[in-house]
Amino acid sequence: MMDLYDSQRSMRHMRKLAMQRGVVAILDVGSSKIACLVLRFDGAGQLDSEGEIGSLAGQSGFRVIGAATTRSRGVRFGEICAMGETERAIRTALQAAQKMAGIRVDHVIACFSGGEPRSYGLDAEIDLEGQVVSEQDVAQVLASCDVPEYGEGREVLHAQPVNFALDHRSGLSDPRGQLGNALSVDMHMLTVDAAAVQHLAHCIKRCDLELAGIASSAYVSGISSLVEDEQELGAACIDLGGGSTSVSIFIKKHMIFADTVRMGGDHITSDISMGLQVPTANAERIKTFYGGVHATGMDDREMIEIGGETGDYEHDRRTASRAELIGIMRPRVEEILEEVRVRLDAAGFDHLPSQQIVLTGGGSQIPGLDGLASKILGQQVRLGRPLRVHGLPQAATGPSFASAVGLSLFAANPQDEWWDFDIPADRYPSRSLKRAVKWFRDNW
Amino acid sequence: MFKVIRNPSKTSVKKAVSKSDPAPSRWAWRMQRLMLTPTFRFGLRVGVPFCVTLLAGTIYLADEGRRSAITDAVADARASIEERPEFMVKMMAIDGAEGALAADIRAAVPLRFPQSSFDLDLAEIRKEISALNGIKKASVRIRPGGVLHVDVTPRVPVAIWRSADGLALVDETGAHVNEVSSRAEYGHLPLIAGQGAPRHVSEALRLTRTATALGDRLRGVVRMGERRWDVVLDRDQRIMLPELGALQALERVIALERAQEILTRDVSRVDMRLAQRPTVRMNEDATREWWHIRQSAGQ
Repeated sequence: MMDLYDSQRSMRHMRKLAMQRGVVAILDVGSSKIACLVLRFDGAGQLDSEGEIGSLAGQSGFRVIGAATTRSRGVRFGEICAMGETERAIRTALQAAQKMAGIRVDHVIACFSGGEPRSYGLDAEIDLEGQVVSEQDVAQVLASCDVPEYGEGREVLHAQPVNFALDHRSGLSDPRGQLGNALSVDMHMLTVDAAAVQHLAHCIKRCDLELAGIASSAYVSGISSLVEDEQELGAACIDLGGGSTSVSIFIKKHMIFADTVRMGGDHITSDISMGLQVPTANAERIKTFYGGVHATGMDDREMIEIGGETGDYEHDRRTASRAELIGIMRPRVEEILEEVRVRLDAAGFDHLPSQQIVLTGGGSQIPGLDGLASKILGQQVRLGRPLRVHGLPQAATGPSFASAVGLSLFAANPQDEWWDFDIPADRYPSRSLKRAVKWFRDNW
Repeated sequence: MFKVIRNPSKTSVKKAVSKSDPAPSRWAWRMQRLMLTPTFRFGLRVGVPFCVTLLAGTIYLADEGRRSAITDAVADARASIEERPEFMVKMMAIDGAEGALAADIRAAVPLRFPQSSFDLDLAEIRKEISALNGIKKASVRIRPGGVLHVDVTPRVPVAIWRSADGLALVDETGAHVNEVSSRAEYGHLPLIAGQGAPRHVSEALRLTRTATALGDRLRGVVRMGERRWDVVLDRDQRIMLPELGALQALERVIALERAQEILTRDVSRVDMRLAQRPTVRMNEDATREWWHIRQSAGQ
């Protein structure tokens, strides 16, 4: 567990340095595009001087000063599979964003959707030594969580204490200073494939940049597209990306589950490409212009020039009706949503008090998707767009930027994770001063 | 046909490669980041031009010939302005002094005309002229028309001072005006003598004016011991005056002369140094005669 502490703590330290310098880059490494935002921190925290939440839901502490996207290369299912290509794509995005910002960026906070995230629920209970809960007690209870065998070659990406309970009072967010006998904690831990993290870290290092944080895109797109009461009452965010579809469930403003379906918009494109016998670029264009999931009588008559570059006139002048296109797209969309349904059921989403589902990501722009999703997932489905943040260009406000925007919110106000708490005193090296103080306090 | 097939394939490959990779190369990326570094940008904006200018200037000025060319050019430009006829001084005009004094002034300020007015140091010229003996005050200016105008107020001699070095004229402040060779040249001026006499010329003049009542018997006044005055008459007679109230004492002597003809008699000194006891020293012959008279009178 200690090496995880160390690497995550060093990233936290990097983040602190970046905040001091005031500039940090946000990098969303997706399967279809790589988005980069450059943030400048103005120093205003979540609460202003009067102790009230400031404008824009307290997100006015930073400002987007540079934004760029580039077509992603070498990324499949949200994982890096060709590092040189990905490195170049990251460089392209970062260069454009830096140029727009007019400032050099040294620290990067990145997110990715792949790596087969798996959620684990952890809990622990300890008897308090005194009556009052101290920071050491919190550290102690966090440290005494039973870590499951999450397997070789996987790494913990998030480990967030979701709930504290003191004796029989549950739902505490901060138990420090309260009186009780037993303190228990529920924690959500998300592990991903270690190789995916390493590849991303290596790509960023090859660009002469420092990695100041890493997050799962399921988590960050949930932060940006779920509104506050949805996060509080319970909701699922479904980010329909290019190569993968991320699912995250939030309740009481904490993520309690995250998973990924390894299917996304690129699969729809490739279905169209195969079904209509057109190049992938044409298929993508046809999908974005004419795509849909509900065929009507009108769609039988609407003919689409599907084009081609073969030089054969007959072949290049083919047309297909929109109904045909919808007929190709709909099964794949249904498949994705059904897979999401399976994941949600596995997570026990139907036991949550609120069954709100928010669709976001580039794939959520398919017309009629909300109707189809409500048939498969449940009645409370809406299309989500990311929160508006300062200085974000109009082109980057769409649902496909949900994880980039969420990552900037995450960068500005990160949630406390396991490694942000104190290390319990008995885990210190044996000659530590704190350990001596602890011993002295316990015995006298 | 062969050509047609072959060429497009080449170009299309090239095109495709350049189109598909918009990414900056590693070095281009590093260069861009370097150019966005604030310190580096400042160095480029300020440091590099400064260094280049400094280097170019150093290289250019390292050559002796170029340096002298620059100084020559500056000097030429300066001279071309200074030597314009508007700035040339062609003559010197002296106001308030004639003859020997004017010649003295010209000798003291040896200027070769025409000369540029930029080269004339008027303050220095004025100092030199004022330092001349016969000059009380001098003002120097350059008049339009290229004339160096010297306005002097000469000292007016009021007495002749006889000292071991000879005769000299002094003005009322006692300042030296001029040397004279003979007393006759300035017969109308009173004669003073003795050490420190020029410092009390005004007192000497008052005494002389009072002593004109004695007619042409007055030879002059002598400062004794830098303290008091003696009035010297002919026949070696002297009136010794006190330090204070010398004028009153002299007036008393003149009153005595009028009443008792004391100076007409055969006395060598009339001593007024003690005001309450004026004393008369007689000549040797007169004393002997006086003894004879007293003896013959049987006293």
